[in-house]
Amino acid sequence: MTDQIPSKTHQTQLRLDYLAKGYASFINRLKQLFFNGYAGLVYLFLYAPIILLVVYSFNESRFPTYWTGFTLQWYRVLFDDHLVGAALKNTLIVATSSTIISTIIGTMIAIGVERYRFRTKPVVDGLLIMPIIIPDIAMAIMLLVFFKLIKMNLGLYTIIIAHVAFNISFVAIIVRARMATLGTAMEEAASDLYANEWQTFWRVTFPLLIPGILGGALFAFTLSLDDFVITNFTSGPGSTTLPVRIVGMTRRNITPEINALSTLMLISAMTLVPLSLWLQRRAKMS
Amino acid sequence: MTVPAVELVNVIKHFGDVVAVNDVNLKIEDGEFFSLLGPSGCGKTTTLRMIAGLETLTSGEILLRGKAIGQTPAFKRPVNTVFQNYALFPHLTVERNVAFGLEMHKIPKEEIKKRVAEALDMVLMGDLSRRRPNQLSGGQQQRIALARALVNRPEVLLLDEPLGALDLKLRKAMQLELKQLQEQVGITFIYVTHDQEEALTMSDRIAVMDEGKILQIGAPQEIYEHPNTRFVADFIGETNFLEGTVSDINGEAIDVSLDDHTIVKAHSDLSVQKGQKVGVVIRPEKINLASSGMVEGKVLEIIYIGTDTRYVVQLKDNTSITVREQNLNSTQANKYKRGDKVGLNWDPANAQVLKK
Ligand SMILES: Nc1ncnc2c1ncn2[C@@H]1O[C@H](COP(=O)(O)OP(=O)(O)OP(=O)(O)O)[C@@H](O)[C@H]1O
Ligand SMILES: [Mg+2]
Repeated sequence: MTDQIPSKTHQTQLRLDYLAKGYASFINRLKQLFFNGYAGLVYLFLYAPIILLVVYSFNESRFPTYWTGFTLQWYRVLFDDHLVGAALKNTLIVATSSTIISTIIGTMIAIGVERYRFRTKPVVDGLLIMPIIIPDIAMAIMLLVFFKLIKMNLGLYTIIIAHVAFNISFVAIIVRARMATLGTAMEEAASDLYANEWQTFWRVTFPLLIPGILGGALFAFTLSLDDFVITNFTSGPGSTTLPVRIVGMTRRNITPEINALSTLMLISAMTLVPLSLWLQRRAKMS
Repeated sequence: MTVPAVELVNVIKHFGDVVAVNDVNLKIEDGEFFSLLGPSGCGKTTTLRMIAGLETLTSGEILLRGKAIGQTPAFKRPVNTVFQNYALFPHLTVERNVAFGLEMHKIPKEEIKKRVAEALDMVLMGDLSRRRPNQLSGGQQQRIALARALVNRPEVLLLDEPLGALDLKLRKAMQLELKQLQEQVGITFIYVTHDQEEALTMSDRIAVMDEGKILQIGAPQEIYEHPNTRFVADFIGETNFLEGTVSDINGEAIDVSLDDHTIVKAHSDLSVQKGQKVGVVIRPEKINLASSGMVEGKVLEIIYIGTDTRYVVQLKDNTSITVREQNLNSTQANKYKRGDKVGLNWDPANAQVLKK
């Protein structure tokens, strides 16, 4: 008797466990289904407009309501558009020069903050992320006021300065992360092998930082390419960049030409961003 | 007497509140294989890094062949380091890694080439000169790190647990190889390890450290046979420790009375007084088991370990004493059974008196 009671409760327990397990797995499957479906919806929501945009850039019809046939004519229109051409040229000038300048300054800041101890370090640290957390619009207005104050005419130069201002932070943070993972062991080994600070930097630190620096530069370039808010506030006549131009074009009408242009920008971003990420990942592995 | 290769004078290092190295004095002779031995966190690496110039001194001075170098930056010190994690440059080939120090010294290209090849041959890595560090095994990286340091013919080579990351078998082989290499090149080695066996087999002299202080410096045999503190005795090999008071003094021969009034015969290099509380250190292999003896107890445990048998004997006051007997014949291990009453004897010269 005394034996049976525990064994019976044991059996009941087992059965309950079994049921509980079954129930749990059922709920799990339901959850999975729900989340898979949910994820699917999110993806659809994210990517449907992009797919539509790309598809309609090849649509013969002027209106995005009907599919009337495949054409490359909008791309032709786009390439013949002198205003778009000028805007593209400006965009590339701004992106290239602001990338170069912000990469140099950002890298120097990263090295300074990461390798040297000084009293104002927390302040510098804080200032470094400011441009990232300040809303674009606030930054745009601040820069505009600043340029007005120093009586600088708005044009390509002011856009470049503005882009440098926000890009420095991104470059510095990416390069800093790379430095932090590198540690000081390599630099110590170099100084142990008779390299002075200068030699240590150029022979060891810098080569090891290159992936991070390139990653940061690519990131800056991408940000610069599609910035609208800050550029819009700091550009003057004749210094329109592509994003600003596109917004201007959509004021009148959304034409398939804009679809074509957006598609091209999408493609460039889709190659640049993964490239930047890949460089950073490669840096981490070595 | 010649000038020591390296001398540390009252060296102190603080990291904030942490005292990593606490008033260390050391003289390391030219051509010596010198080991810094101690438990984790005792300040070995910090000491080594201060000699390399990678860490500043809080106070004190370091002399290299009699010249003060405490304030000299690392890159100007004729000293090289083999780092624990090797710290090979991942972006350079093996060859360029080894050439690095020579290039910094602006040695002519031809000579660099020759010396790098020699160094790689010396560590048996001549075939791998074009590889990158991440294409090498741990043991190979270790050899390259060694070549990269030795190629510069430093006055002193610093090694921070260079064999720590290798498996046991490779470590044993490398110990012998390192020792031979050191004798061959004649460079002073300062070797950091927390492995007492490694220190004993390789070193000319050992400094045992604990909590930033050096407890004892001496040849392996001296440290093993005549530890000056219980810590050193415990850290270097297995040991037994008895406590009592001095009951009789006869030159260096000392009688120590244990708490249960058993008299134990021992030996002391230090001057002690009658009635003084002392400890007696005796190694397990220096004790003989018999049916009766100086100290008596009963067998608590018998552990057969092939070459030896280990007996744990419990004394009347409950102290456990470990005894090692060599298994000279196949039935040796059966001589005593658990619970047997046994006596322990030893040559008083092998029992070391320590002040408390
Ligand atoms: N950069 C540092 N900042 C603060 N404390 C440190 C620093 N380097 C070492 N210490 C401290 O100094 C003490 C000695 O460290 P050290 O690295 O010299 O020990 P070790 O003997 O080499 O130990 P291990 O065998 O674990 O390598 C430790 O308490 C350690 O925490
Ligand atoms: Mg260490």
